[in-house]
Order: sequence, then C-alpha cells, then structure tokens
Amino acid sequence: MLTLEGLNIRQGAFELSADIHIQDGARVAIIGPSGAGKSTLLSAIAGFLPLHHGRILWDGQDIGALSPGQRPLSMVFQEANLFPHLNIAQNVGLGLRPDLKLSSAQHERIAQALEVVGLGGMEVRKPAQLSGGQQSRAALARVLVQDRPLVLLDEPFAALGPALKAEMLDLVSELLDRTGATLLMVSHDPQDARRITSQTVLVAEGQATGPHDTGALLDDPPAALREYLG
Amino acid sequence: MADRAVQIRSWPGVIAAAFVAVLILGTLIAVVLRAEARAGLGPSDWAAIRFTIKQSVMSAVLSVALAVPVARALARRQFFGRKMLVMLLGAPFILPVIVAVLGLLAVLGRNGVLNGALGWLGLPEVQIYGLHGVVLAHVFFNMPLAVRVILQGWQAIPAERFRLAAQLRFSPRDMWRVLERPMLMRVVPGAFAIIFALCMSSFAVALTLGGGPKATTVELAIYQAFRFDFDLGKAALLGCIQIGLAGGAAMVALRLSSTDSFGGGLDRTVERWDAQGRGQTIWDGVLIASAALFLLLPLGMIVGRGVQGVFEMPVNAWWAAAVSLQVSLVSTVVLLLLALPIAIGAARLRLLESVGVLGIASSPLVIGTGLFVMIYPVADPIALALPVTALVNAVMALPFALRVLVPAVRDVVQDYGRLAASLNVTGAVWLRIVLLPRLRAPLGFAAGLTAALSMGDLGVIALFADAERATLPLQMYRLMGSYQTEAAAGAGLVLLTLSFGIFWLFDQGGRSHVDA
Repeated sequence: MLTLEGLNIRQGAFELSADIHIQDGARVAIIGPSGAGKSTLLSAIAGFLPLHHGRILWDGQDIGALSPGQRPLSMVFQEANLFPHLNIAQNVGLGLRPDLKLSSAQHERIAQALEVVGLGGMEVRKPAQLSGGQQSRAALARVLVQDRPLVLLDEPFAALGPALKAEMLDLVSELLDRTGATLLMVSHDPQDARRITSQTVLVAEGQATGPHDTGALLDDPPAALREYLG
Repeated sequence: MADRAVQIRSWPGVIAAAFVAVLILGTLIAVVLRAEARAGLGPSDWAAIRFTIKQSVMSAVLSVALAVPVARALARRQFFGRKMLVMLLGAPFILPVIVAVLGLLAVLGRNGVLNGALGWLGLPEVQIYGLHGVVLAHVFFNMPLAVRVILQGWQAIPAERFRLAAQLRFSPRDMWRVLERPMLMRVVPGAFAIIFALCMSSFAVALTLGGGPKATTVELAIYQAFRFDFDLGKAALLGCIQIGLAGGAAMVALRLSSTDSFGGGLDRTVERWDAQGRGQTIWDGVLIASAALFLLLPLGMIVGRGVQGVFEMPVNAWWAAAVSLQVSLVSTVVLLLLALPIAIGAARLRLLESVGVLGIASSPLVIGTGLFVMIYPVADPIALALPVTALVNAVMALPFALRVLVPAVRDVVQDYGRLAASLNVTGAVWLRIVLLPRLRAPLGFAAGLTAALSMGDLGVIALFADAERATLPLQMYRLMGSYQTEAAAGAGLVLLTLSFGIFWLFDQGGRSHVDA
C-alpha cells in the first residue's frame, strides 16, 4: 500500500499537499488543471523532488530516504524514455542491471518482454529506427522486466494519436494484469482515465485528494475540475 | 529547482579546476614577485604597449569591416561549394600561425606572387614586414572567425521576418534599418572584442612578421627580455602588464559575446526576396570569391611549394615532427583529464566554468616565465621544455574545450538525468553507459581542436627550447630564419598536414557511429 502522509511539496510560491492511501493493485489516474502539480506529485513519489514535510510510505516503510533508483517503483516519462545510443535490448536490460552486465537468462527475459509488447526480434534496433508507438512499447517492456510493485506513468503517450494511445493504454492494462502492480498515471484526458483506471486522484488548488471513483468523479465533477473539463 | 535527479560528483572537477587555477595564478604570483618595478618601463616597453594596442585595434576593425559584407553575401546566396567555404572559414582557427605566415609571405612577401606581378608592371614593391604584415596576418586569421560569428547573427533572424519584409515591400534600405542594422549592433561588438583580445596576446605573428623597435608586442618583448637579455625581472614586469592588457580585453570580450562561434547550422541560407538585382548578385559573387581567394591562395602556395620542399627537409625537422606529434597527443590527454571533470562538475557547480575565463585571460608566455622562475632553482627548465609545452598548450585549449563540453554535459543531464536516476544508473556506470557515449561528438571535436592547436603552437617552446629540443613549428621558424626557404616550405606542408589531419581524425572518430 502506498501512503502519502501529510505530504507537502514547495517550489517557490507553488505548494501542494496530499494525504492519500492507495491500495495494492489499484489503478489510479491523476487528473487536474494544467499547472496544478500532477507531474510534481509523481516526481516527489519517484524521489526527484525533496519533500517540505510529510512521509511517503510503501507497505508501512518510509521510502523518503531512498534514491530514485532504489524505490520500489518504475516510471515512464513524458519523453526521452530510451537512450538513443543503446539498442532496444540494452534499453530494456537497464531495468535488470544498470551496468548492463547481463546473463543469458536475463537476455532471455528481455526477449520475452519484447515479445509481450509486440517488439519480438527487434533487440538490436536503435530507438531512432522505431516509430513513436514502438518506442513506447520498448519503455513498457522495461517496466515489465523491472517488475516493481508500483508503476508511475507521466503522460508518456501524450504525443501519440488517439487510436495508438488507446492501444498503449490497453497494453499497460495487460502488463498490470501480469504483474499485479499498482498504477499511478498522470493524464489530462478524462477518456484515458475512464479507459483503464477505476480510481482517480484529483489535483487542484494546492491539494491532492482522493482516491475517488473515476466514473463518479467524471460524471459529476467538482467546480475546480468542471472548469478544466469544460 | 532542487532536483535530485542525478548524483553528479563534482569533486574531480573541483580538483581539476583548482589545478588549473593554481597553475595560472601561481605562475602569475611567481612572475609578480620576480618583477622589478623599480627598473620601470623604458621607452621601448612603452612602444611595445602602444604597438600591441594599435595593431589589435587595426586588426579588429579591419577584420570586422571586411567580414560584414562577406557574411551578408554568404547569408543570402546559395551556390555550389558554399558548405565547403563555410567549413574553410573555420580552418584558420586550427592553422599553425607559422604556416599561415609562410603562406602569406609566399603571396605578399618580397619574392611573393604579388610583388612579382608589381615588378613586372614596373610598380614599387609592397612591404609585408612591420605593422602591415602583423595586421594582415591577424586579418587572415580573424576575418574568417568574424564572418562565422556575423553569419550566425544573420541566420538567427527568423525566416518569417524576411517573409514579412517581402510582403511589406521593404527596400534594401528598409531592410537594413529594420532587420540588419539592429542585428549587427548586437553581434559586431562581441566579434570585435574577441578579435581584439586574441590580437592582444599575439606572439608568433609578431615574432615572424614584426620585431624591431617599431613592431614589437608585449608578448614578444617578454620573449626578448627572457631569451636575449635573460632579464627575468624585466620579463616578469612585462608579464604583469600583459596580464593586465589581455585579461582586461578578455573580460570585455566575454561580456560582449554570447554567440558560440563553433555552432553548427551555418549551412543553410535564409530564403530572401530582396537583393535579387543583377548588380547585387555580381557584387556578392565578387565578395565571396575574394574572401575565398584570400584564404585559399596562401594555403595553396604552402601546398604547392611544400611538395618540392618536403625532400629538402633536414633530418632534425623530421625528428621535430615526431616530437610535435608526441607533445600534441600528451597535450590532448592532459586537456581531456582536465576538461571532462570540470565540464561534469560544472553541470552542478556553475562556478567551475569560470576557470575557462582564467585560461583566456592568461598568456602562455607569462605562464612559461612563471614556470621557469619556479623550476629554475630546483631543476633545469630546459630539460622540462616539452612537458611544460604540452601542459601549457592544454591549459590554453581549455576555454575552447569547455565551451563545447559544458553545454553538452548539461544537455545530457537535462535530457537523461531523471531516466538514468530512476534506473539506478549512477556513478561510474552513468559515466560509461550514458555520459561518455552521449559526449562522443563534442569530445572528439574538443580533442581534435586541442591536438591541432598544440601541434601548431609556437609560444612557450620558443621560450624554453635549446638546439636539441624543438617542435616542428620552432624548427620551421629556424629554417625560415636561416633562409632555407625550400625546406621551410616542406616543413610547413608537413605541419599543415599533421594539424589538419589530427583534427580530422579526432573529430571524425567522435562523429562516426553516433545515433541521434
């Protein structure tokens, strides 16, 4: 279980507070007006931002002192999820061993993960040789081999077209079925939230609240969200 | 933002920067302590100061004044070989000074092409030594630099502006008033200041084309005080003056210049709808052709005369070539050991970058004098001539290397820092898997630049060397001094090939197999 306990993040005049519990295996969308701090919340959980006060707990353990790479989570960013000079197998392999000294068993696992995301046989390609959708798939293959209990998505599919994005969200859903991981996904599109999440954290006016039921929240949005959704 | 994305270790950079600072400031202090102020400045010293400033002003004014129309012509014309020409404009930066001087002498010297033609026409001959020659050589080196800086300014004007100007039916005068003049007002002072600062520490040009009471720079005066009079106190006093002059000029130049003269993107022309008249087209063509000729003729002469001269080269010149290659490679290694940690550290501690400024403000001859003063009591400085040369060359190339590497490291940290951190790719693994592969191209460029600059350097080595220890530029200077013109031309061709070749090797090495 992920617990944000009396969390407070400050950056200059910007401030965001959160007091949230998220159950294991939950799939949670983070939505709210732009600039409200959706990505900031994710960055803090991932360990990129210092907390002003409060604690982040995973299964009751404070993970606040851990460096980003040591936290029990994997993350997919808005862009630049792959190193352009490394091939796809190496990019995925970083999820298993950061120094890329991979055993043959690990190579086997990478090949399987690529198969699962539909990139079978593309091990030695460089990211530039893949389409945008395929690059997203490679990043998701890495999430799969990392096999961490919490997955953070910071709008990684925002640049893809609607059909491709839906495809990627379904793939995410499929991967989560396999691993049973908990999902936190930033989105600015309510359709994304409806598609794969049952719960939603609302970030607005310096507060992160929830989790709310996604359907109910979007059907009857509070004032702050209504203005944004239009 | 207090981003904890990447754990960058800055202590290696701090150590490297401290080493450079101690070297530059330590030698400066050694020089200051040794300086004999009571001796005061004689009339010849004042003449050197006046000449240094005068030739710098003239060189900078001429370089920029010639560069503006050439840059404009290049900015608005598309033609076959344009890309080559723009690349060629970068060549003088790594061209050994002594080689360029030989090329200029071949064209404009007493027995040069120009005077041959003038004599045939029964006209009086042109004199290249003295103020003329020094300024001419400086224009040869710096006009192309100015063209590149100003061309960048022209290309920074967004294409939409030119479309809008065409829509509004701007006349050339309107174009000048609204678009071009404001851009030049922004770019030209920086270009002028850089060239002024570079000419203030001119040594090799003054050594070969200047000299005498009327055409001696302060750097040259340091060398003469040191080498001919062995007057360390005088050399040190002049060194203090040089630091004041060159350092001041460098500070001003840094303040005024924001453009990066190495930057790419110069190979596109802005589509324009003005200046399509026949007269303007011809005028631009004449300008471009003259600039190309000005650059290519001396280079061509070196190649032409050098091919025969290679066989006339004495054995010690070949040995000197081998020595130069070693010095150049050692210098490159030292540069990388200094520049890489500093550039990495500067991604977090911006202060580290400023050690590059020290490098620009300092003078090789002052560092050389300082090292001599420090080494002299404990060891024979002459025996250490080559290591000292390699070290000083590395420090001199450091500002340029940092200018390339610091932004490159910053980009990698910005683009891939979080991704690497989230995958626990840190420390030495981050260096091996992420940073070094991403830096290949700028590292190759910086290494090539350093290797070429060191290969062609005629500075500290002239201060320290004896008959046995010489680099190729020094050996070439000696051949010229003893009127062995053929052999000197051969040495010039070898030096030119070595400098450009080593730059090309490193630069290409960094570029091959790089994925976007």
